[in-house]
Amino acid sequence: MFKYLKQLTSLVAMVAVLFTFTTESMAAKKSKTLKNTQKKGFVRCGVSQGLPGFSNADAAGNWTGVDVDVCRAVAAAVLGDANKVKFTPLSAKERFTALTSGEIDILSRNTTWTLSRDADIGLTFVGVNFYDGQGFMVRKSSGITSTSQFKNGISACTNIGTTTELNMRDFFNSRGISYEPVAFEKADEVVAAYDAGRCDTYTTDKSGLAAQRTKMKNPDEHIVLPETISKEPLGPVVRQGDSVWEDIVRWSLNTMIEAEEYGITSANADMMKTSDNPQIKRLVGAEGEMGAAFGLDNEWNLRIIKQVGNYGESYKRNIADTGILPDRGPNELWTKGGILYVPPSR
Amino acid sequence: MNFKPKDIGPQLMTVIAVVLVFGFFTYNAQVNMENRGIDFGYGFLSQESSFDVQFSLIEYDGSHSYFRAYLVGLLNTILVSVIGIFFATILGVMVGIARLSPNYLINRFAAFYVEFFRNIPLLLQIFFWYFAALRALPLPQDAEAIFGISFLTIKGLFVPAFIWQNFNIFFYSIVAATIAIIVIRYQAKKLQETQGKQTPVLLISIGLILILPLISFLIGGVRLSFEVPVLKQLATTSFIYEGGVSLPPELIALALSLSLYTATFIAECVRAGIQGISKGQKEAAASIGLTPNQVLKLVVMPQALRIIIPPTTNQYLNLTKNSSLAAAIAYPDLVLVFAGTALMQTGKAIEIVSITMFTYLSLSIAISLFMNWYNNKIAIQEK
Repeated sequence: MFKYLKQLTSLVAMVAVLFTFTTESMAAKKSKTLKNTQKKGFVRCGVSQGLPGFSNADAAGNWTGVDVDVCRAVAAAVLGDANKVKFTPLSAKERFTALTSGEIDILSRNTTWTLSRDADIGLTFVGVNFYDGQGFMVRKSSGITSTSQFKNGISACTNIGTTTELNMRDFFNSRGISYEPVAFEKADEVVAAYDAGRCDTYTTDKSGLAAQRTKMKNPDEHIVLPETISKEPLGPVVRQGDSVWEDIVRWSLNTMIEAEEYGITSANADMMKTSDNPQIKRLVGAEGEMGAAFGLDNEWNLRIIKQVGNYGESYKRNIADTGILPDRGPNELWTKGGILYVPPSR
Repeated sequence: MNFKPKDIGPQLMTVIAVVLVFGFFTYNAQVNMENRGIDFGYGFLSQESSFDVQFSLIEYDGSHSYFRAYLVGLLNTILVSVIGIFFATILGVMVGIARLSPNYLINRFAAFYVEFFRNIPLLLQIFFWYFAALRALPLPQDAEAIFGISFLTIKGLFVPAFIWQNFNIFFYSIVAATIAIIVIRYQAKKLQETQGKQTPVLLISIGLILILPLISFLIGGVRLSFEVPVLKQLATTSFIYEGGVSLPPELIALALSLSLYTATFIAECVRAGIQGISKGQKEAAASIGLTPNQVLKLVVMPQALRIIIPPTTNQYLNLTKNSSLAAAIAYPDLVLVFAGTALMQTGKAIEIVSITMFTYLSLSIAISLFMNWYNNKIAIQEK
């Protein structure tokens, strides 16, 4: 008798397991990453090892920056709390492996969107949160004011594993200048070596140059040359193969940019619910079903704007007010002479 | 041997378990890579690398292939390892002997050196030599000339290049001298064994290695001139030396820290080896009338080497593997060039990491095989 009872219970257990499995896989169909994130209760976000304005931790371990804000926006959307983010600092070399291996779910680390990265290595770029370009920094005392004054034998400090290394070669090669590339794994060591006089110039994205300049012994002794030698559209990246998660990250970023376009800020977002403009109402969850397709509620975008703010607020807080790049340049809205233009939320 | 089933059983299961674990990892990697649309393959090795490397022993620039970049990194790793092993051995043997010196000052100083350098993590030492010590070096325009021809600056060590005429004749003279020395040593040993006569082999050897090349200069038409580095201005305050040979500060800092660190361990091996020879051996040798030098050369060292070689082999292997810390200070070794830049540009993580691991494994095994061969050669020959 007991023998049969045992078999019966195991049969029931098996059916139960099978049933939970099928119901679970229905939800998992929506987005495995979303499901895992909600289960864990935090968004796993890969950031830089310290780049002021983009992703930088203070002494207490609080991360700030425009790249950080993208992850906070996603956390506000999917978990309801912008602070539920676990940041993982990554070197340029480690970043893609960390994402493809599943250690992080969003890579928001001033990463340049290129064809080979998007197509080859299992990544999907979801948008651009900063339009940048590669430039050169030199010591003021060198008297160099333009890259046209570079001569054979110049030594250039940079990071390994970035598009910078490739652009640098293209630049010097096309001008027939011989140069000595000195490539370090971590940005702090690049700055230290350049600052010590090991190199004549330091090259990376211009925003990076502006940010790293603040870390130098005497920031005023260095200038960033006016030339821009490449296009560097920086943006968040997700793993290939989870299109729902990809959409959530893309539209979290788009929401921040579009909110600025319609003048919705963290301060007035709640009041905007009663706006006459249907586009504004859609952006604060007061009209339409804008969250259902992602498996989210209708106020996901309102939470982003309330907790993180719109793109302009984020830029001002992290990049302009810190003195890194007060002028927004191309990172101004398309309506104000910049090139920030995102598809409409509707 | 005859196996019983109960012997084979557990072993078979171990083999199956190992195969299954490896199979699982391979399968898992395959499935995940397929899901994320990542291709697996080594075809990228023939593609154009399109990045430059600071320092290379072979001709290389971004128009060469990734495979060539791999060779550049490998040769740089071998270069720094060879330099490191060379200086670590010399310094290690000196310090090891100094630790046994009856002179209190020398003895204590050697002990202090060993304890100090072996107890600080190597990475910190590399950072120290690169960022603290080298930073104190002058800029190229402020550098004082060493012997009027070399310059040690923050941008590296600039030394004159040798420009040879009729180098092949000089090379032959060296080969001839080497062969002559081998023959004379052999004859001297025979003479000693058959007639008990001693020949001043060392003096003759030094004479040969000096005189034969000298003759090549005098009558062989060999000429040597130097290309001295010349200061060149790049901008108001930036300068560089042109001409001659330049050694990057990264190489100097890495070789220096690897040598200083590993020498402490080799010194301990040497001390252990010498102390492992019983006092009776030395006393017996002295009692049959050998001089202290002969005691060391003929009795102590041949026996001590048998104790010294195996642990020293480990240190050589460690040094080679530790050279991969180069990435921290921009010395373009295998890890920085291939497992760093090349990995990033291609995204071929599994392929590149597997190649790099296999390469270090091969290097280590090659060193082991050589040291084992040497160890067997000096081991007691049972007759």
